[in-house]
Amino acid sequence: MRNKQVELLVGAFVVLGCAALAYLAIQVSGLAFSDKKASYQIVARFDDIGGLTQRAKVSVAGVTVGSVESISLDKELYMALVTMNIDKDVDNLPTDSAAAILTSGLLGEKYIGISIGAEDTYLTEGEEIYDTQSALVLENLISQFLFNSTSGDSK
Amino acid sequence: MKNLTKVGASVFDWLESIGRAGLLLFQSVFHRPKSLVGALALLNKQIYSVGVLSLVIVVVSGLFIGMVLSLQGYSILVKFSSEQSVGQLVALTLLRELGPVVTALLFAGRACSALTAEIGLMKATEQLSSLEMMGVDPYRRVIAPRFIAGLICLPILSIVFSMVGIMGGEFVAVDWLGIHDGSFWSLMQQSVIFSNDVLNGVIKSFCFAIAVTWIAVYQGYECVPTSEGIGKATTTTVVLGSLSVLALDFVLTAAMFGDF
Repeated sequence: MRNKQVELLVGAFVVLGCAALAYLAIQVSGLAFSDKKASYQIVARFDDIGGLTQRAKVSVAGVTVGSVESISLDKELYMALVTMNIDKDVDNLPTDSAAAILTSGLLGEKYIGISIGAEDTYLTEGEEIYDTQSALVLENLISQFLFNSTSGDSK
Repeated sequence: MKNLTKVGASVFDWLESIGRAGLLLFQSVFHRPKSLVGALALLNKQIYSVGVLSLVIVVVSGLFIGMVLSLQGYSILVKFSSEQSVGQLVALTLLRELGPVVTALLFAGRACSALTAEIGLMKATEQLSSLEMMGVDPYRRVIAPRFIAGLICLPILSIVFSMVGIMGGEFVAVDWLGIHDGSFWSLMQQSVIFSNDVLNGVIKSFCFAIAVTWIAVYQGYECVPTSEGIGKATTTTVVLGSLSVLALDFVLTAAMFGDF
């Protein structure tokens, strides 16, 4: 009888562990197997990526369609080379689309927003978005503002 | 010259003890049991004493740590009007760090010290040598089920800890502080990736389980068979186990989440 009780409790313990893992998988991570999702990669070069990080979202019209796979430095052009994974079912991004680094909210994370172009040809695996807009760097904005206001005063 | 000899002898002793610990691990884990049913019965009993009996301390600690994290996170984030991110903060902190580490520390204190004391007492009362005299291998009968039970239980306890912590965090943030339910969960889901965060946490706790359980069974098996020796071995288990968890955590975090 005692042995049976021990077995029952051990069984319940293991089931609790499995249930907890399932809870974490579904409730917390939303089962985001982002790496496994069918996708294709496109690249874009930016003058300044600001605080963009890996795994940041890529969106079209505010809808998330992919994520940033990797960020590296293009040693020839001295620009940031950003590789993005775009969901396979979004396979109709025009080749003249533009990519901009945006911020969600005042202090939110950086993400890439794609503005749709007008071409009939679509971006495929490994292709590049040429029309890019870098992240707004607050320090640059402030210095531009100060410079413009002082030059305005002198005139 | 005498001091130099002492240093040399202690280095040799240290190397010898590492060798003995390695042999103990090898002989207990890689020896196939004679009967699978008997081995499973022994394992079952150990999972009960190592895992099920540690559940209460893990659940209570997880709940309060999740609640405190949520409260502290809220008090800081509300200054920047981004208090919705508290779910993200609680989930990532628990899954990546606090879940595996705090559970391993609790496990070293609650279960591993008991393992060392139990095996040490078996040695002091000559039960281990009696087993050998009866032709029963103490590695297979005593060490292996305890070691494997530790490897099974710690990852499960760590997952339960994280789950309860997140529930406690949600209770404080949503029900108490009034953060919107939907944004709490959606920001959390946006930032937590199952394969990167949840599974890496499980892998971490498995590595911690190897370290702390190995230390516990080795200290018990090699202790001086007196009451003082057992007390010393138990203390050493908790100290070495906790330190190895913290040191391993640094290495594993650097390997898993570092961008090198």
